[in-house]
Amino acid sequence: MKSPKILLSKVGLDGHDRGVKVIFRALQDAGIDVFYTGIRNTPKSIVETAIDKKVDIIGVSILSGAHLDLFPKIFQELSKRNAQNIVVIAGGIIPDKDRIILEDMGVELILGPGSETDQIVAFIKNNRG
Amino acid sequence: MKSKETDREYQSFDNYQSDESKLSEGLLYTQSDIKNFNPKEDLGYPGEYPFTRGVRENMYKGRLWTMRQYSGFASPEKSNQRYLHLLKQGQTGLSVAFDLPTQTGYDSDHDLAFGEVGRAGVPISSLLDMEILLEQIPLDQISISMTINSTACILLAMYIAVADKQGIKENNLRGTLQNDVLKEYISRGTYIFPPKSAMKITTDIFEYCSKNMPLWNSISIGGYHMREAGATASQELGFTFSNAISYVRAAVEAGLDIDDFAPRLSFFFACQNDFFEEICKFRAARRIWAKIMKNQFEAKSPKSWMMRFHCQTAGVTLTAQQPDNNIVRTTIQALAAVLGGTQSLHVNSRDEALALPTEQSAEISLRTQQIIAHESGVIDTVDPLGGSYFIESKTNQLEKEALEYIDRVENFGGAVNGIRNNFQSKEIESSAYLHQLDIESGRKIIVGVNKYNSLGDQEIQKDQINIEDNIRQIDRLKKIKLDRDSNLVKKTLEDLNFAVKNNHNVMPFLIECVKSYATLGEISDILRNNFGEYV
Repeated sequence: MKSPKILLSKVGLDGHDRGVKVIFRALQDAGIDVFYTGIRNTPKSIVETAIDKKVDIIGVSILSGAHLDLFPKIFQELSKRNAQNIVVIAGGIIPDKDRIILEDMGVELILGPGSETDQIVAFIKNNRG
Repeated sequence: MKSKETDREYQSFDNYQSDESKLSEGLLYTQSDIKNFNPKEDLGYPGEYPFTRGVRENMYKGRLWTMRQYSGFASPEKSNQRYLHLLKQGQTGLSVAFDLPTQTGYDSDHDLAFGEVGRAGVPISSLLDMEILLEQIPLDQISISMTINSTACILLAMYIAVADKQGIKENNLRGTLQNDVLKEYISRGTYIFPPKSAMKITTDIFEYCSKNMPLWNSISIGGYHMREAGATASQELGFTFSNAISYVRAAVEAGLDIDDFAPRLSFFFACQNDFFEEICKFRAARRIWAKIMKNQFEAKSPKSWMMRFHCQTAGVTLTAQQPDNNIVRTTIQALAAVLGGTQSLHVNSRDEALALPTEQSAEISLRTQQIIAHESGVIDTVDPLGGSYFIESKTNQLEKEALEYIDRVENFGGAVNGIRNNFQSKEIESSAYLHQLDIESGRKIIVGVNKYNSLGDQEIQKDQINIEDNIRQIDRLKKIKLDRDSNLVKKTLEDLNFAVKNNHNVMPFLIECVKSYATLGEISDILRNNFGEYV
């Protein structure tokens, strides 16, 4: 059974990285193969890195409120490169009404404030190819 | 009345304390916890070295803290309306939130600004935006705080230029520029230039303000963002003061006299959930800074020793679940800030774990401050908790722990080298992770999150930013680029370029640039081309 790889990233100009770093540590502790890009990435650079690192999942953290503008761009970049097989998940401050929009777009998991790290660990383990 | 009886009791406390089986750690504090306590040296009187009890003799009886709610969103027009509303409701100072493109040196029409314009604050691309933002606000009467760091020099130049147009001289302007770039590399993330170049600009601002703006706080050295990123109280103090030491060193090395600029250094801390720990943190902070300035830097003016600070309740403690509970949390935090002697306060709004605060939520935050100030009675006494065994012991402990962190950063060769080695950010990350594990294991209880949770829909947040705001913002930018004197813009930008290359103070050149309506992005490009970018 192939072990899934995940890329964690921050998109746009947002520097709030406490959550994504906590997730990074939790995934490492759970023995999951995880990379973190650091802050300030464009949708294009995230997708390029994901393909380069051959990951199965991209986790994007965003607290700037720009999610409805930037997530569509991530999906565009994925389809441009025929990489729609990469699963996209999200974390950050995302109001309920926007969650529905992101889910329709194809975001498979959204972690809001108060989420436990078990959730993402379980999600990744269930995604085992 | 002092009797033999009491003396006997004190002695028995000593024995009591030593019997650990009877007393769990921290349950009871007695005289034995502050054995070497010397009220004269450790506390002094309020308004006197080492300022443990407060920076002013009569504290809030003399002047209340400034009620300063941080806001800014969507557009200069909407933000201006919010400021005028808050002032009408009794707010006593302004605090401007800029959007991320403005903070990172991109105009609203830049590719990297896509989706971010007006989101986390107000977009300011040219002097015209700033003129709209400050319309009808009497800049000679209101103090303003601007949360801006890498592009602080440009926004300060714009503020000076708008005041000038209103007929107000810069020496009458009161306010605070955040201008604390070092913590951006550690935790907040809106850096542009490499630390050394960024520090050069910071020093230019110190110099300019010390000569021309005697009422202006040239920096607000902040622990807030590091605390929000996960730092403990002692890490918050330690890393803030390590950064502060670096700024002071840079300014002294640039030839500034310490007593010329140090009185206008100000600080910014978080107020977290642990009520007494936070009160002690503020008391310890004043004592630490007073000692550093007096003993290490040999500042002569008591104003240089005095640590004045702004405080904000902790955004990270707000829960998306049961958001009204946040009003209670922020009230407790705000009370600690006041008991700790803050000079200025922002109370977070109940809905901020979900979206930007609505006008109603922002108003409740302001009312929280007014209730503490006018109804609770806590302002009637200066440092009311001073002298408590617990408070003094905890203040000592935080001071000691903070000094240990300062030493550890010094061992790297100071804050900038610590940053290069990721020391501060790694320490903070570890604290954040431990905190998360405590929540997930249930060791720490968050009401409504890991205990006492109830299902319920979130309130539907009204969108406060719409596409029309962005279109108007970008149209205005296009128009100003057509209307301005392009030769003058070219000249002021060339002059700036020359000044940077020749190591002149950039401030006077920036003022000319913004007056010609050169944009924030154009000016930032000149600086980027000369200084390079930090990645």
